[in-house]
Amino acid sequence: MSNFLEVQNLSVSFPTHDGLVKASNDVSFNVALGETLAIVGESGSGKSVSNLAVMGLHNPNSTVISGQAFLNLESGPIDVISAPAESVRKLRGKEMAMIFQDPMSALHPFYTVGDQIAEAWLLHNDGKKTDAIARATEMLNLVGIPDAHKRVNEFPHQFSGGMRQRVMIAMALVNNPSLLIADEPTTALDVTVQAQILQLLGKLQKELNMAIILITHDLGVVAEVADRVAVMYGGRIVEEGKVDDIFYNSAHPYTRGLLNSIPRVDKVGSHRLHAIPGQPPSLIALPKGCSFAARCEYKRFTQGSICNESVPALTVGTNGHSARCHLTPAQVVQHSLEIGTGA
Amino acid sequence: MVRYVGKRLFYTLLLMLFVSLTVYFIFDLLPSDPARLGCVKGCPDSTVELNRIKLGLDVPVIEQWWRFILGLFQGRSYGTGDATFSCPAPALGYSWNRHACVTDVIKETFPVTLSLALGALFMWLALGVSLGILAARKKGKWQDKASTVFVLVGTSLPTFITGIMVVLFIVLQFNVVDPLEIGIWHSPFTDPVGWLQTFFFPCATLALAYAATYTRFTRSNVIEISQEDYIRTARAKGLSEKVILRKHTLRAAIAPIVTMAGMDFAALFGGAVITESIFSLNGLGKLSIKAVTETFDLPIIVATTLIASSFVVIMNLLVDIAYAYIDPRVRTK
Repeated sequence: MSNFLEVQNLSVSFPTHDGLVKASNDVSFNVALGETLAIVGESGSGKSVSNLAVMGLHNPNSTVISGQAFLNLESGPIDVISAPAESVRKLRGKEMAMIFQDPMSALHPFYTVGDQIAEAWLLHNDGKKTDAIARATEMLNLVGIPDAHKRVNEFPHQFSGGMRQRVMIAMALVNNPSLLIADEPTTALDVTVQAQILQLLGKLQKELNMAIILITHDLGVVAEVADRVAVMYGGRIVEEGKVDDIFYNSAHPYTRGLLNSIPRVDKVGSHRLHAIPGQPPSLIALPKGCSFAARCEYKRFTQGSICNESVPALTVGTNGHSARCHLTPAQVVQHSLEIGTGA
Repeated sequence: MVRYVGKRLFYTLLLMLFVSLTVYFIFDLLPSDPARLGCVKGCPDSTVELNRIKLGLDVPVIEQWWRFILGLFQGRSYGTGDATFSCPAPALGYSWNRHACVTDVIKETFPVTLSLALGALFMWLALGVSLGILAARKKGKWQDKASTVFVLVGTSLPTFITGIMVVLFIVLQFNVVDPLEIGIWHSPFTDPVGWLQTFFFPCATLALAYAATYTRFTRSNVIEISQEDYIRTARAKGLSEKVILRKHTLRAAIAPIVTMAGMDFAALFGGAVITESIFSLNGLGKLSIKAVTETFDLPIIVATTLIASSFVVIMNLLVDIAYAYIDPRVRTK
């Protein structure tokens, strides 16, 4: 499986009155066609910011972006970070598409869903408006909207939340993009609808052989659909690996903390939910050492004050499972038993 | 839609009836007596009573009003004996002060006010909306700062200052209009140049203050809409900034501007007294001010009030119809 998107050392920062906000810091990840990469982390960890940079959706006047993000197109690789804005615009909606968290506000309230999907198709294809509407109807069918030929002429406010997210998916996929970035696509939906949307994404991924980046903070969603997982904290990727490695052999204290903070049906009543103490670091004044050090329960197992002094490197282990911790994966596993919150 | 408009028009008529009745009652409550105004100091009560009959004020208010309503459809005669004047339907009354049928007075003044209001509306929308869009697109740059200066100047300078400055430093200075021709009515259909000469500067004066407000309003609207999620969606589709602005941002940003413009436009039919005075235009504003403060000319007051209120109601209806076209969410099923 060759990678379709390769992000290397991507940093995104926003100059503000209070200082430079380093929202994303030296982030590298990749995703192959047919593969789903989940990017997990709490609010402000840099997951959306990094992906908006890949899409070229940041305001260039208020954002500083460095690093590379290669799309491996048939015509050859192109770095969407350094490429001219106009050529990246032509790739948007065609080679890479994005869906967003809140389908209630992501569709234009004044245009029919058919018009909005047709607009996306017409932008990258030669054809008449009627062809575009036919294509829009076909897409609505594909994403499982009943009576598509009627509903294509309806306005967003006539659709429910889950149906609107389906419309968003239809719009994103109308040009068969190779990469779909889904930014918390189910967060605003209720649980039964969440499952339907995730199933739909999985089905379409197989049919269209897309690479999907799923941005989420919901580990349940991750377990269900992801092939690989990248965990972000304080603007950095702190752990990355195959989904099973992340869930069963987590090598970073933050990942362990996240997993321990989820209620589990198989352990009802046996223990209190474990919260990670403290607050996420300020992105304006990131600590000199590991950004998680202040909240880390494993810090006492390290030598001296190394956690506060140097940022741990991303160490790659077996199966491409990598973590950014001064302790080795084996040490983390061993100490997790001592702490008593081992997953 | 037709049904809806029909229903609204029916309500408009009911409202007009109510407004005219209210004007009659308010006029009746005023302490001044129009019948006494018609004769010199110390004239006998019998003359005053004769005057009262002549003015039609001898019957109860409700009957005065009913005669007015009938006159609208049938035409009506005013006065007695030799001094009888008749006005054909629709008769809005007879102004003894001007010795003319009110309908004819309105026919002369209304086109002036309409020209002023339409010209000003066109100018302030063109200037205000385009400056607002420019300022929003160039937020923080010199264009935005320049527009802020314009907004400050435009909103803080009262019309009587800008109007007089326009007359002194442009109209008279450059002999744009023959001073004797200022305020003379020229029909735009038979003499478009003369009409433009009469109305360009009054419209511009009136438009300036509005344009400033609309610049500010458009700017904040466009900036607000630009931050909406659906604009990000449009960008994610790969649309160019130009298309996003034209098709997505403006469509949403323009909706509240339509409402505001409709209301502001309607309000002008109460008369733009200051602008009319400065440019010696005989519009509805001057007409009604004179009728209210000097001559207590009830028929004129009723007519101008009806025009002003009917424009408010009709513009409201038009705005609602326009809104339904712009925003599908307000369409009735």
